[in-house]
Amino acid sequence: MNTRKTEILVGLFIAAGLAALFMLAMKVSNLNIYNNDAGYEITANFENVSGLKVKSPVTMAGVRIGRVSDIAFDGERFEAVVKIQIESKYNTLPKDTSASIYTAGLLGEKYVGLEAGGDDVNLKDKDKLKLTQSSLVLEKLISRFVDSFIDKDKK
Amino acid sequence: MLNFIQGLGHSGLSFFQRLGRAHILLAHIVAGVPGMLLRWPLVIQQMYYVGVLSVLIILVSGFFVGMVLGLQGYNILVDFGAEETLGVMVSLSLVRELGPVVAALLFAGRAGSALTAEIGLMKATEQLSAMEMMAIDPIRRVLSPRFLAGFISMPLLAAIFSAVGIMGGDFVGVGLLGVDEGAYWSQMQASVDLYDDILNGVIKSIVFGVVVTWIAVFEGYDAIPTSEGVSRATTRTVVHSSLAILGLDFILTAIMF
Repeated sequence: MNTRKTEILVGLFIAAGLAALFMLAMKVSNLNIYNNDAGYEITANFENVSGLKVKSPVTMAGVRIGRVSDIAFDGERFEAVVKIQIESKYNTLPKDTSASIYTAGLLGEKYVGLEAGGDDVNLKDKDKLKLTQSSLVLEKLISRFVDSFIDKDKK
Repeated sequence: MLNFIQGLGHSGLSFFQRLGRAHILLAHIVAGVPGMLLRWPLVIQQMYYVGVLSVLIILVSGFFVGMVLGLQGYNILVDFGAEETLGVMVSLSLVRELGPVVAALLFAGRAGSALTAEIGLMKATEQLSAMEMMAIDPIRRVLSPRFLAGFISMPLLAAIFSAVGIMGGDFVGVGLLGVDEGAYWSQMQASVDLYDDILNGVIKSIVFGVVVTWIAVFEGYDAIPTSEGVSRATTRTVVHSSLAILGLDFILTAIMF
């Protein structure tokens, strides 16, 4: 086996391996999200965030405009504090934007949906959303549904 | 009774002796690795035998494993009306588990056994002793380049396996069974994480690469220098490295995910 041919084949092998890794990183994983980390951060308090995770999508009108960057617990108000990272190109959201937690599909992932208000002032870094709506807890909903039947029976 | 206990003690002692020899050999091999940077052609030569010649079997089995995953996953997921998540299932099972593990098993069978047989035969025909006579350290000249080649090749092979497997899943799921192509790829991109999934898969394949080449090289170097001894060492390489891969995979998975 002459050296030149061997070296060319090994070079091709390494290139193919790196190309496969590159393809896995770019086409298979969600790498592109890490590119635009330089957004601005807003916080929102929720009564209940069950099912929401760090990196869950944040959408407005169904388009993803950011990610959940942190979820913490406020020990004084007994609420969940959710930090939301919004891409810097979406810097015209009004200050009275409201946030709700929705579920994608019946059993799908939780995400934060933002709805624009009518304020002239825009949201800035470290601002706090005042209007929030908690995540829907299926068990609560079912128990309310069952309770309403029991009440009917009594009457 | 006493004989039985003696037998137990004997096999226990020889087991630990082998383990100790294996670790000392590993230390010598790793000590020889920096010197390989100056003699890169030796490593290139070995990467050809260990890596390039394994590409074909990796490509073919990766594609078929991906196709089977696509087919099986589709049949299961379609019952729940969730065939759009086929891409997630195929890519996660390949990137996290099957890519590193199956590629390493194939690597042990294809390259590990060849390494053991080659080194064992070198020992049996006294080539290694001849090198020592010429004041050439056979560990640095023969074992280190092979070890380094395996260490570099294994993650590349596993990455090729996963990438080709995902394309195989795409071929069956999207091409033959009619899953939406956009859903296949976008759901995959939404669920696969670069660090949690892909990087951990690469770390797994690096660990497997080290273990398989280490076992292969040690078995060859430690073989009884007869034709029977070499054939036994080759068998042991395949058996031990397969067991090591599967056992380590469980431990690594428990730590990582």
